[in-house]
Amino acid sequence: MSKVQRGTRPWRSIDSTVLLQQLFVHLGTPILAMFVTINSGISGYSGFLLVWFFLHLVTASLLGKLGKKKKAVSDSVFEVLSSAAVLVFILFVLSVLQPVFQLGLENFQVHHLFEDAKDTGVDTSLDIGGLGHALLGTLLTVGLATLFSLPIGVLAALYVTEVRGILTPFVRFFVQAMSGVPSIIAGLFAYAVFIASGILTYSGFVAAIALSILMLPTVARTAEEVLKLVPDDLRSAALALGGTQWRSVRMVVLPAARSGLVTAAILGVARVIGETAPLLLTAFGNREYNLNPLEGPIATLPTYIFQQFLLGTENDVRRAWVAAFVLLVLVSIVFSIARLISSRFKQA
Amino acid sequence: MTILHEPEVVEPREIIISRRFSDKVFRAILVIGGLFAFVALSGIFGYLFITSLPVLQYAGISFFTDSFWYMGDTLLPSQGSIDPPQLGIFAMLWGSILISVLALSIAVPISMGLALAITHFFPKIVSRSLTFVVDLVAAVPSIIFGLWGAYTLTPHAELWAKWLNRNLGDVIPIFSVEFEYFGQSPFMAGIVLAIMIIPIITSVAREIYGSVPRDLITGAQALGASRWTMIRSVVIPFGKSGVVGGAMLGLGRALGETVAVFFVLNIVTGNVNWFNILESEGGSVASFIISRFGEASPLEVQALFGAGLALFVLTLVTNATATLIVNKARRRR
Repeated sequence: MSKVQRGTRPWRSIDSTVLLQQLFVHLGTPILAMFVTINSGISGYSGFLLVWFFLHLVTASLLGKLGKKKKAVSDSVFEVLSSAAVLVFILFVLSVLQPVFQLGLENFQVHHLFEDAKDTGVDTSLDIGGLGHALLGTLLTVGLATLFSLPIGVLAALYVTEVRGILTPFVRFFVQAMSGVPSIIAGLFAYAVFIASGILTYSGFVAAIALSILMLPTVARTAEEVLKLVPDDLRSAALALGGTQWRSVRMVVLPAARSGLVTAAILGVARVIGETAPLLLTAFGNREYNLNPLEGPIATLPTYIFQQFLLGTENDVRRAWVAAFVLLVLVSIVFSIARLISSRFKQA
Repeated sequence: MTILHEPEVVEPREIIISRRFSDKVFRAILVIGGLFAFVALSGIFGYLFITSLPVLQYAGISFFTDSFWYMGDTLLPSQGSIDPPQLGIFAMLWGSILISVLALSIAVPISMGLALAITHFFPKIVSRSLTFVVDLVAAVPSIIFGLWGAYTLTPHAELWAKWLNRNLGDVIPIFSVEFEYFGQSPFMAGIVLAIMIIPIITSVAREIYGSVPRDLITGAQALGASRWTMIRSVVIPFGKSGVVGGAMLGLGRALGETVAVFFVLNIVTGNVNWFNILESEGGSVASFIISRFGEASPLEVQALFGAGLALFVLTLVTNATATLIVNKARRRR
């Protein structure tokens, strides 16, 4: 019996001497860089990283040269550059998340989730009041926006996958172009249609309209991807059984793509849950619970963060960090659910 | 004898080619759904245009080429104004472009490094978790990047800016400043935007780099290419249009970013900051709108809709171009 050869990656073979050299390069240079930064005028973490970067570059290329392979020099330089890009990115990401978690957890109290800010003034202690009204407002506006954009997004996707008419390229093009609409423009639009014209005041409904404009392209594109995964055999079989197109879509195609459509909705939610600018123009903000989306300003987490941070007093900035923490947790939950469902969908 | 039943002659069923009525309705509804994006885009354009029309008529082309933003008595001359307003958003438009290009020049190299590391460099587990992190960063709300910019980045970036100015300010003109106050400069807005658009560029680049045909890679190796030579001569040329398209998508996002920029940029009208990226003044159309909207008079609201119209057209053109480029790159593979 002949062995089936597994695909190998010849450029990845690492022998022991090279491994030793690489260990020296990767572990030795940071120590060297530390010495240099401590003993010279350069200071701070950024200085250390900069020195490390150049030292790494030089030693890596020198080692390549010592191995008497000219090409190895450019190889190692590329390697250093590429890992530097990764390192810089990771550092930035950590520096983004660290204060949110640190300051958020430091100041978070459970009652923040349920109480509104009715009784809090400027710089009130964090023992009083909370952000429950903003949390509820976010859930309300985003939920309404999902209600608006999911049916339309699925219809647009169904047009592309089921009708396949002459308009298909245009539909896809406009959906993609719509995904580039800046969030503030969506806010201005909803403001012009409903508030400037006097139909409604600042309210959750108008905010939901603005958000659904931002959500629609994400929903439509994801829905299109998953509807494409439904095999054409199923459609043909449904038609052969005598079903009309409407029935074959409703009873075969949509149920087959159900979990994918849920993913589409969740990805849409993840896209808009942190939007701030359109909400400042449409929902404005409020200090207490408002359950009526058709009337009166409504608070949401992003606008709450924005307004608290701009107040600038110590306790208000702390409240902003708590809200940022809650928002980030919310986003992570939504994101993880989407990931979980879509990975299961891919396996199926 | 048995009596045979006369066999019933079944008429062949008529084959109906035309669709049933219910299907016609169904397909019509789908067409409406499909055209919704177009309707929404035209609606947005129409509403922005109609709302800002009085202001655009008054200011004419100078609305887009002037930089002075002065409300006067917030009346148009036709309404009996004594102190007529002067409206121009050029400084904001230019500021948006400046910080977006700056963000691109930081984000594109990092994204290429990330995408190459993910597709051709790291072991699979590392690549997968790195992809997860990149996607997660794409989902982080912009307001959190705003907080980060104002709270974490500014103290550090001030030092970097000072260093750049001291050592390179005389040699490279973009690092020179008039006033030595380094906060809230286009430089910082550029860094914040760069972090926000890295995930967009990376995911497009990763997709294209990951789809380089295996034959091309093995072919290059068979010809004796080292890893870098292979990447330089095969992977990067193959993915060029993908990276360009991804960069354009990032540019569109950066142009329209509002809140994050609002937190880290000192928005100044009346004076165009052409290229002094460390100077503590700049502009951004989107942030300008949000900074003015709260206490705007009815006339200023109309003028801000004009600014929104300019931003909308700018981002739409950028995005349409990006979409065409990316689609072309995807089709080729």
